[in-house]
Amino acid sequence: MNNDKTLGEHLRERGISRRGFMQFCAATASLMALPPSMVPAVAAALEKARRPSVIWRSFQECTGCTESLTRSHAPTVESLIFDHISLDYHHTLQAASGEAAEEARRIAMEENHGKYLLVVDGSIPQKDGGIYSTIAGITNLDMLKEVAEGAAAIIAVGTCAAYGGLPYADPNPTGAASVSDIIQDKPILNVPGCPPIPTVITGVLAHYLTFGTLPELDHLGRPKAFYGQSIHDRCYRRPFYERGLFAETFDDEGAKKGWCLFKLGCKGPTTYNACATAKWNEGTSFPIQAGHGCIGCSEPSFWDRGGFYDALSVPTDDAGNILLGAAVAGAAAGAAVGFMNRNKKDAATRAHETVTVDDLNGD
Amino acid sequence: MSHIQDIPITVLDRQGSQAQTGNVLPILNEIRYALALLVAKGTSTTIDLSAIPFAPGDREELERILGQGEVSALIDALGETRIRETDYRGVWLVSHHSPQGDNLATQIEVTRTPSLVSTPEQDIPDAVDALDDYLNSQLTQESA
Repeated sequence: MNNDKTLGEHLRERGISRRGFMQFCAATASLMALPPSMVPAVAAALEKARRPSVIWRSFQECTGCTESLTRSHAPTVESLIFDHISLDYHHTLQAASGEAAEEARRIAMEENHGKYLLVVDGSIPQKDGGIYSTIAGITNLDMLKEVAEGAAAIIAVGTCAAYGGLPYADPNPTGAASVSDIIQDKPILNVPGCPPIPTVITGVLAHYLTFGTLPELDHLGRPKAFYGQSIHDRCYRRPFYERGLFAETFDDEGAKKGWCLFKLGCKGPTTYNACATAKWNEGTSFPIQAGHGCIGCSEPSFWDRGGFYDALSVPTDDAGNILLGAAVAGAAAGAAVGFMNRNKKDAATRAHETVTVDDLNGD
Repeated sequence: MSHIQDIPITVLDRQGSQAQTGNVLPILNEIRYALALLVAKGTSTTIDLSAIPFAPGDREELERILGQGEVSALIDALGETRIRETDYRGVWLVSHHSPQGDNLATQIEVTRTPSLVSTPEQDIPDAVDALDDYLNSQLTQESA
């Protein structure tokens, strides 16, 4: 496809009618979690949208994010989006390998310098010069810096790229870091999740394709449209929580009746993601609907936040409370001060107080 | 060896699901508000059901309550869009599907006619041109 053609021209060439285009826009607006009133604006923007070059780099990761993306259940929307973006490098999906693959990346970077979108999954090891993960003999650290230099914006897909993820978990043997820990001079959007919901990945790409900008972000760099509300706030089991109806074990009467999983360690109240509405597997279900609590995979350092089945704890958000929390928990003062020496993100997620349902309700 | 029937899964009936979670009533209230707005000011409203946290069975319960009205339409453009008016006039259920049949989005439109049913404005002059082309081709054939 010619890069100069707009999406509207591209669709008409493929024999798609204006009504079909409006169907596409309605589904795309829904995919982007935009209100239906935005459909005309989406249509106007998509009509004029041009094809961006996308370079996808996979670093210290498990390929789960790509697996998630390629199992997206909305093939028409996604395939149109992917037909319309120029995915110039993705080492799992592309046919080329070795020198040919790296040459394709270099050409895409030169031809689209300053304009291409860089997508990253996986964390970046920094310890010992970053030698713990290399591609084509180049460390992930060097490669990220090189590719980021000419990018218009960066999308960090998955909790590893967004916040370090599993490789970042204690004791973090490779010195894993997030994209935003290393690159500070580019717009960066985080799409965390282990893996992220496929329609959220494509929704973010659709937003960039449609409007040419990144959507509005929260304080952790996540698009508010998908991460603006907690799992708890959007959970269909919330009415049980409000009525104090909880499953106490995974096979008791409450569990069978689908009551709230808060007491079984559900991290829904402290986790921000779209699972409760977007759901997984063609919108079929999500972990809580399957009877298991949320493990909080879209939050920083979720692996180090205590057991998945432990009573929920919430991060405190200022120094005084963190120290108080540590003291209440019986931690040594030195350890508490040690917490404060770590970066703010780390501290906020590591220092916890155990709370009760009444505490969360503000009683 | 365990059999699937040995797995202790309790399937709640649809009425039970609705009655216990109470997630359907807020949507019905939203539809009621949108209908009142349509009556008072002629303003149409679209509610995207994919943004609603439904419990298993809630969607079916909502559709059961809304019922089936007099009008149905099938748009076959980029995948199918199925449209039906519900028992409550002016309340339409619109579901978009991919060519493979996957549900991409489901919306409730509270309006006189769902927007996708109307012919796009630019298609009408195009239709005039297309019909002209056909008639001219017929004239050419007759004169040949």
